[in-house]
Amino acid sequence: MPSTTGRTAAGPRPPRSRLRGAWNTAAALLILAVLLFPLYWMVATALQPDAGLDVDFLPTSPSLDSFRAALDSQGGSLLTSLAVALGAVVVCLALAAPAAYALARFALRGERVLVFTTLITQLVPGIVIANALYSAYAELRLVNSYLGLILADASLGLPFSIVLLRAFMVSLPGEVVEAALVDGANRFTAFVRIVLPMSRNALITAGLFTFLFAWSDFIFALTLNTDDHVRPITLGIYRFVGAHVSDWGAVMATAVLSAVPAAVLLVVAQKYIAAGVTGGSVK
Amino acid sequence: MSTLPTTAAAPAATAPGSGTAGGRNRRTALLRWAFLAPALLYMAAFFGYPLVRNVLMSFERYTPTTYFTGEAPFTGLANWRAVLADPLFTDALWHTAVFTVGSLLGQFTIGLALAVFFSRRFRLSALARAVLLLPWLVPMVVAAVVWRRILDQEHGILNAALQAVGLTDGGVPWLNSPGVALFSAVLVNIWIGIPFNMVILYGGLQEIPRELYEAGALDGAGPWRTFRSLTLPMLRPVVTVVLVLGFMSTVKILDLILALTSGGPADATQTLGTVTYEMSFMRLDFGQGAVVGTVLMLISAVFAVLYLRANRADTGTGK
Repeated sequence: MPSTTGRTAAGPRPPRSRLRGAWNTAAALLILAVLLFPLYWMVATALQPDAGLDVDFLPTSPSLDSFRAALDSQGGSLLTSLAVALGAVVVCLALAAPAAYALARFALRGERVLVFTTLITQLVPGIVIANALYSAYAELRLVNSYLGLILADASLGLPFSIVLLRAFMVSLPGEVVEAALVDGANRFTAFVRIVLPMSRNALITAGLFTFLFAWSDFIFALTLNTDDHVRPITLGIYRFVGAHVSDWGAVMATAVLSAVPAAVLLVVAQKYIAAGVTGGSVK
Repeated sequence: MSTLPTTAAAPAATAPGSGTAGGRNRRTALLRWAFLAPALLYMAAFFGYPLVRNVLMSFERYTPTTYFTGEAPFTGLANWRAVLADPLFTDALWHTAVFTVGSLLGQFTIGLALAVFFSRRFRLSALARAVLLLPWLVPMVVAAVVWRRILDQEHGILNAALQAVGLTDGGVPWLNSPGVALFSAVLVNIWIGIPFNMVILYGGLQEIPRELYEAGALDGAGPWRTFRSLTLPMLRPVVTVVLVLGFMSTVKILDLILALTSGGPADATQTLGTVTYEMSFMRLDFGQGAVVGTVLMLISAVFAVLYLRANRADTGTGK
């Protein structure tokens, strides 16, 4: 792509540049069409329950039957994922918020330590954590439990949440907290009553990402569960295609349903996605 | 490097009570640890412990009965010898290299091209950029399942399209042939990783001062020249970050391959991640699984060191 990185200068655009703008928009739409085709195909297949193996390019007579079938067989898994992801968000924020505050407010060599720690967390592969965690879980009777999976999934969002919350809390005016302290509140009350409410947006963003990371988790769901007692949707869809697949419509409908949080996140927290993409290890 | 709105305010983070008497200081220190302790304990349990435990396990003998008897005796280097002599491991090492290098090359090239393209100002640019993130946000297992259907040899849409334009007769055995399956896995992973590369590189492009481009234009530099001698050198720290982070997340991939090919056909797509899983959780030989996992960590660690060095160089000159 030998294209220019230069941007159009501000001011009234000459007609030629307007034409070029239209070409760019057309090219962008083409790129979208190619790159998003798999997702389109997922939806198109889900909407054609009677198509069998040969799905039409356009769902001319769409039906929601596959979604009904998906909810029948995978509805429980969706609820499990919801419960586990919400639990992971609670655990993660409860740990991340105070830590982020400490890193932001008290003079620590926070920056270095934080970069280093988030890096370590990126470095340890999930399967390695699972490998060692399984034996510990077996002893603690946490295998096949909601609590076990929630605790493990919280690890997926923790480093990012700390980085994000710290960045936000550093920018809070220290005087507000000082004023509360003068009024007799201790540091902990000041933290709960003042810092947390002021950090609401950052908490929501960190929570959304942790939710998505936990919702997408597959490795912990696969390894820390030996029966079907706790079966999140990622594991559900994996088992669904593991058996001989006869109803691809229902599989794809399940896929669509499990992609919903991603779409929601895209709309709600777009601004922070660049930060989320890197898992917080880029400052 | 500032993908997060942080760092600039760092000097403000001094302790409010730091100038006063020793007693107050000690109380602040105590409080600071009280705030930090839960997260630190958790990190120790869920990152530190597994890291250390995994290395120890690689010297212990695990059998399917270990979890009933609780016995995993020390066996020295037996696991390491067994794994290093196992052709599954050596093949996986090779597959992992091909998978990682292929994925990174594809993701980075396309991601950079898109980042450059979307740096132009035009209608719908921001919206299109945002929507392009979807493949990265969808759970990886789900993406792999969708691709498994698309790549199906007889009923997949990709072969149908290729047949329609006459590029293939019998259909390409995307996932059924040992010679093609790894390539298909790379293809799918490129698709998943493009947004990651695009977003970070786009951020990096926006940080390059616009005046530099104006100066370049005055000197009569063409688009390609500008890209090569201005954009790329300015972008270098970001490029390092993207490649190293991409490496670390690609080398350990498991979800994608399990859901796409289960490591098959004929172990042609087994990587270090899937072999760790297979040895530990299928054969219940956690000792050998730990060996592969440790190798995986060592490989990542080397690249982490590279990253830290790049990062330090960046903070030295940055801002």
